[in-house]
Amino acid sequence: MTLRTPFSRRALMAGAAGALALPAIRPSFAQGAPIKVGVLHSLSGTMAISETALRDTVLMMVDWINGKGGLLGRKVEAVVVDPASNWPLFAEKARELLQVHKVDVTFGCWTSVSRKSVLPVFEELNGLLFYPVQYEGEEQSRNVFYTGAAPNQQAIPAVDYLMSADGGEAKRIALLGTDYVYPRTTNRILRAYLNSKGVADADIMEEYTPFGHSDWQGIVSRVKRFAGEGKRTAIVSTINGDANVPFYRELGNQGIKAEDIPCVAFSVGEEELAGIDTKPLVGHLAAWNYFMSVDTPQNAEFKKMWRAYIKNDKRVTNDPMEATYTGFRMWTQAVAQAGTTAVDKVREAMYGQKVDAPCGYTEQMWQNHHLSKPVMIGEIQEDGQFNIVWKTPDAIKAENWSPYIPENANRKK
Amino acid sequence: MRRILLLLILLLLSATPTARAQDAFTAALAGLSGGYGAQAEAVERLGALGDPRALPILQALAEGHLQKRADGAFLVEQGGTVREAVSGAAATAGETIRINNRVRAALRGALGRLQLVAPEAAQRLTAADALFRSRDAANIPPLEQALARETAPGVRDRLALALAATRLGAPDAAAKRQGIELLAESGSAEARAALLEARAANPDLAGEIDAAVAAIDRQLELRRIAETVFQGLSLGSILLLAALGLAVTFGVMGVINMAHGEMVMLGAYTTVVVQEALRGIPWLLPWSLPLSVPAAFLVTAAVGVALERGLIRHLYGRPLETLLMTFGVGMILQQTVRLIFGAQNQEVTSPTWMQGTLTLPGGVIVTQNRLWIILFGLLVLALTIAAIRFTRFGLEMRAVVQNRRIASTMGIRTGRVDAMTFAFGSGIAGMAGVALSQIDNVSPNLGTGYIIDSFMVVVFGGVGSLAGTMIGAFTLGLVNKLLEPWAGAVLAKIAVLVGIMLFIQRRPKGLFALKGRAAEP
Repeated sequence: MTLRTPFSRRALMAGAAGALALPAIRPSFAQGAPIKVGVLHSLSGTMAISETALRDTVLMMVDWINGKGGLLGRKVEAVVVDPASNWPLFAEKARELLQVHKVDVTFGCWTSVSRKSVLPVFEELNGLLFYPVQYEGEEQSRNVFYTGAAPNQQAIPAVDYLMSADGGEAKRIALLGTDYVYPRTTNRILRAYLNSKGVADADIMEEYTPFGHSDWQGIVSRVKRFAGEGKRTAIVSTINGDANVPFYRELGNQGIKAEDIPCVAFSVGEEELAGIDTKPLVGHLAAWNYFMSVDTPQNAEFKKMWRAYIKNDKRVTNDPMEATYTGFRMWTQAVAQAGTTAVDKVREAMYGQKVDAPCGYTEQMWQNHHLSKPVMIGEIQEDGQFNIVWKTPDAIKAENWSPYIPENANRKK
Repeated sequence: MRRILLLLILLLLSATPTARAQDAFTAALAGLSGGYGAQAEAVERLGALGDPRALPILQALAEGHLQKRADGAFLVEQGGTVREAVSGAAATAGETIRINNRVRAALRGALGRLQLVAPEAAQRLTAADALFRSRDAANIPPLEQALARETAPGVRDRLALALAATRLGAPDAAAKRQGIELLAESGSAEARAALLEARAANPDLAGEIDAAVAAIDRQLELRRIAETVFQGLSLGSILLLAALGLAVTFGVMGVINMAHGEMVMLGAYTTVVVQEALRGIPWLLPWSLPLSVPAAFLVTAAVGVALERGLIRHLYGRPLETLLMTFGVGMILQQTVRLIFGAQNQEVTSPTWMQGTLTLPGGVIVTQNRLWIILFGLLVLALTIAAIRFTRFGLEMRAVVQNRRIASTMGIRTGRVDAMTFAFGSGIAGMAGVALSQIDNVSPNLGTGYIIDSFMVVVFGGVGSLAGTMIGAFTLGLVNKLLEPWAGAVLAKIAVLVGIMLFIQRRPKGLFALKGRAAEP
């Protein structure tokens, strides 16, 4: 069943500015007009490596829903724009999607800086954004649904694992990251957490490098020296994008073995490992909420769907792709339940939606706009896949306002 | 608990050797199919038993070739054939046993223990190093025996060190003191770590340990300086490679070529293509990198000729238009590569002779790939200088630079020389791309990261001077690396940039000013 709009599409276009300024009465298009899905991922520039696969995932899901007869009896149509890894351009493209193309929902962004850039646009125009990547938390917008992990669903369990018997009982931690908001905030949370676990500041090393950094020799030898103080040491990497490739190459060349100094990464998945020789890296870790190697029927179906769509048997799946897939399915369920694509109705319908995600757990959307997700830790294998060595028994709820940031103490739950 | 278990096993062993050993071996083996904790324990027990049958099984486990069958039997897969681990009978494949870091660490110790009696000296050396790292007090007796037996001097030294490090955890105070002395002499970072680890457990020896650590620190400090210098030279060699081509096109011809970075990128992609093409010929594959060098030179030189003849020559004397046009060409090249190869990074495997580290005399550790790139950079520089100094093409090029019209009246076809010079500069950029494919990402935007650095080096060194380019590159590399430990990677780079700006203010022509067309106003 579809809500019929009292306006014709043309009439709506005529009064577009006025109608958009009053989002509550923004009606759905007349029956038969396609539902529009905006895709806001960088297809060029530094982040193209990671984000291109997410664009393809959204297109795959659009095909999927159309194959099932569309949504609310209407066809679903993707509108793809390229913000080109250029943060201000993200905001312009978001405005274009909402005002010119009048999309009903947008799937997009990878880096936190791009999300921060589009946030005011989505709030001003009451759009709906699905953000599929793990991030630093400290945010909750009524116009965004976060389908990636918050720090308590990735960073903190990973550090716990490093300090456990299986993870090598690390007593000293080197925090290496790319120089922008996500690594700096995450490391701030981790430092406070480590302090609370009795790790002194002298046992924490923190270093930042620019995007695309390629000369890691100095930093890796400093980490080696930092590790030579007679305490078990581990690396926590929030290095983003393609800087990871030379970083791991340097780790391999300087002979840093996972048995001695394990390195756990938060932004390295199957896709990023595709360009690296993984033999010297066996045993180094990554923390995510999904790995391609998860053995569940849902994941088998997801991988089959992806490879059939992309027509390449070698292409891998990764966590943000899974989060996109899960988010898209949740959105279709919410739209079907609300009977409309109107943002306010869909938002209400989103709360409590559940999807049997490829990770093998039932994920639920909570009032805080975050999903409950399982946490998994995997060790890199020779074939570039991950061997899951630890996972939570259940999906856990997101704490997007970290209790380890002092300013959050006064925040109402 | 584990100790008691070990003791029990040893007791049982001494009671009825063969039958009991069989039982203990089989019992320990069973643990390999359990959880990671049980696996690690089973590995340690197998190592302690010293049964030679355990060696191939543990090796298979470490390499991911050990499988288990539903009935609990273990199978070893080797080169596609599967055999039962204990009996050696042929079998059908089972499920591969996966391990984690904890098991891997236990395996290192156990394999070290078992390989102490290996006939090859190299294996005993690995064993000594493995036991040095695991530092388990239970290893003291086998280490003592191995040391007594050992004849190869290199292995003896390492065994003695391993024993010294292991003894730090034993109760015997005299042996500990001896161990501390030996470790202090070795002067290695690992020995320092072992000493610091033992410090907390031995407050009575704190004074001796501190003195030993201080002695090691003095040696390490020298080594650290040597390593920083090496890293600076390495960064310098990369800057040199990236800038050399530009020193020719910008320095000699005065063309502001913003597509220079894309020439480097094309060179890197040529490496990828050559490597892919050679996949079918396994014996040639390790040589794909040397073979890529001429290929990259030819490909990028051809692109350079096309660019110069097709576009740039129409814009001589109009630097702003040249800049904008080459910038556009760079974007077109990037997007073309992205359309052909995709946005994903391309994998370039390093040949084995470029992997790992090399320990220089004095214990300075350098990575092989960086060492090769420094040598390659110097070689390319030498070839470039030779080409300009000693070939006819070089002579004509210098003539055109000094005075185009007089060169023309002498019968030099200046247009052809321009094209050749641009092709030459582009070709050098292509060769730089081959080297960069070893340390950076081969992606369509590989070049953008180097264009600024390249201009910086050329301007700093003095436009038109190859020697200036070399000295400029190595100076910037060294300064950057010397600043990095204090300032961090980001600030170090900013500091270098500010430094260059101030320098250019004082000496606008850079380190080495040249006369010639490029130097004319």
